[in-house]
Amino acid sequence: MKHLTSVNQKAQRIEAQAAQDVVALQGGGTPQQPTGPHIPLGCSFVFSPGWEVDSSGGTAGLCQPVERDLFDCHITCFWPAHVPDLFNHAPDWTSKCASAQQDWRKIDLVFP
Amino acid sequence: MTLLRKAEYHTFGGADASYLYLVPSAAVVRLDDTAAAVLDAVGEGAKEFSDVSVALEGRWDAAQIRSAVQELVTVRALNMVAVAAPPPAATVPLAPRGPSPARRRVPLTTLVLNVTSKCNLSCGYCYEYGEDKLSEAAKKPRFMNEETARQSVDFMFAESGESKVVHLTFFGGETLLNFRMLKTALSYAQERGRELGKEVDVSLTTNATLLREEIVDWIVANDVGVTVSIDGAREQQDKHRVFANGMGSYDIIRPNIENLLAKHRRRPVGARVTLTGQNLDVTAIYKHLAEEIGFPSVGFAPVTTSWQREYAIEDEGFTFMLRQFQALAHDYVAAALDGRHHAFSNVADTLHEIHKGMSKAYPCGAGMGLMGVATDGDVALCHRFAGSDAHTIGSVTRGVDLDRQEAFFDRHHIDAKTDCSKCWARPLCAGGCYHEAHTRYGSTEAPNLHYCEWIRAWTHTCLEAYGTLAARKPEFLAQFS
Repeated sequence: MKHLTSVNQKAQRIEAQAAQDVVALQGGGTPQQPTGPHIPLGCSFVFSPGWEVDSSGGTAGLCQPVERDLFDCHITCFWPAHVPDLFNHAPDWTSKCASAQQDWRKIDLVFP
Repeated sequence: MTLLRKAEYHTFGGADASYLYLVPSAAVVRLDDTAAAVLDAVGEGAKEFSDVSVALEGRWDAAQIRSAVQELVTVRALNMVAVAAPPPAATVPLAPRGPSPARRRVPLTTLVLNVTSKCNLSCGYCYEYGEDKLSEAAKKPRFMNEETARQSVDFMFAESGESKVVHLTFFGGETLLNFRMLKTALSYAQERGRELGKEVDVSLTTNATLLREEIVDWIVANDVGVTVSIDGAREQQDKHRVFANGMGSYDIIRPNIENLLAKHRRRPVGARVTLTGQNLDVTAIYKHLAEEIGFPSVGFAPVTTSWQREYAIEDEGFTFMLRQFQALAHDYVAAALDGRHHAFSNVADTLHEIHKGMSKAYPCGAGMGLMGVATDGDVALCHRFAGSDAHTIGSVTRGVDLDRQEAFFDRHHIDAKTDCSKCWARPLCAGGCYHEAHTRYGSTEAPNLHYCEWIRAWTHTCLEAYGTLAARKPEFLAQFS
């Protein structure tokens, strides 16, 4: 890194790991050839049930509430999921929800 | 369209350099002028890259700004959001919650034996005997017997996994009231350690009233680490640390401590000070203990108490204490730059955690790498809970109750502390001491909200000390690696 200097041990570990990471093509710059096998990045990497349906094709019998999915997509996923617009209209829609597993009932309902 | 948005970090300075403390990774990075200007330009909201570029036009060319942005995104000081590209390869997933420590079987590295619940002093603020006590001492044996001590040592080795070094700590009550048991327990631990190929590190905490010659010789011969509970000079010490008849203990312990310090040269003897509403003159206490008596290490902790006790520290007291901690931290840095030793251990401990980049899911190792054993062999979260049936997680003969341990860690993860979710100091604090929370709020699950401001200010001070040392004497920090 040119503009940042890793000072403590954690920063050095992050820098070392970042140097080996697969960089998305959209990120620009010189395309990098990853040394290891190509591993797709995305929500499948994170423990999450994804956009699931239960055995009947509905959402009533999921092992986790559908709000868990919503929250997951809003934070970690670039896919344009149907979550509120957190930049303009509903910046605080998850402010009462520190922990999705516990506080998902507190996610605001937002009407466009 | 890609928007740049400020992620979670705390800025600090040190020796004219600018730094970021990144949350939750706990990484510390130094910024150059370009990176600092990019963060300023992004501000609190979300900005398009082109806006940032325009704001900094003339000072840096677009390629430089772009590379600074990329680096800030890589360490997660900035997030790239909206519909364009995903953030470049994640370094740390956001608040991942892996398997709980119980199921991962974190090796036990420190076992604290409460060798007796009796004490020859009657300190007013004591959590073992005072108004906020947890332990059901009356129902338990007053002394741990030799068989329980041996079983505890066996338990320690059995739970230590792959760890090559185990730490055995004797605690009380007054530890030295059960000196006979200490001797057999230490010999047994050393013998078992040799058989198993593990190193055993032994330490104890004492009020220093009973440090007679025979005991000092045993400490030196066995390289035992010693921490002395002491509140300062006579005036401070004799305020709370008194015998049952009210007589102060300072004149008894002073010659004992001097004798110990003179003979025990291989390991630094620590002083551990309890601060109360009436005893807050940190600078004077430090001066007496480190400079007049000669303790190589002096640490301070505010008394653990419910808020209404007369010795509890009020808000103004916390502010006063903070200013003195800051002055001592300043002295510590000056000493480090001059190549002199400074004994203030609170700052050294925090610098160590900052240097490693510790990001804690739990405030301490209690119930995980550290456990406490009560006089009857019940295993508790730590020595402070030893003897409290409600906080028992096993016994030295039956082992750890894994279901109970796992349930504890499920309930106490930092993710469960909603109040901490927006605090930048949470990688180091993680809500604070379980025992403190239980005493103050009646629940180990509560974050210690009464000292949040204090913790943030103190952490900021330690970050500045770290930044100054990183800029001016990085070799000093190597001792924490």
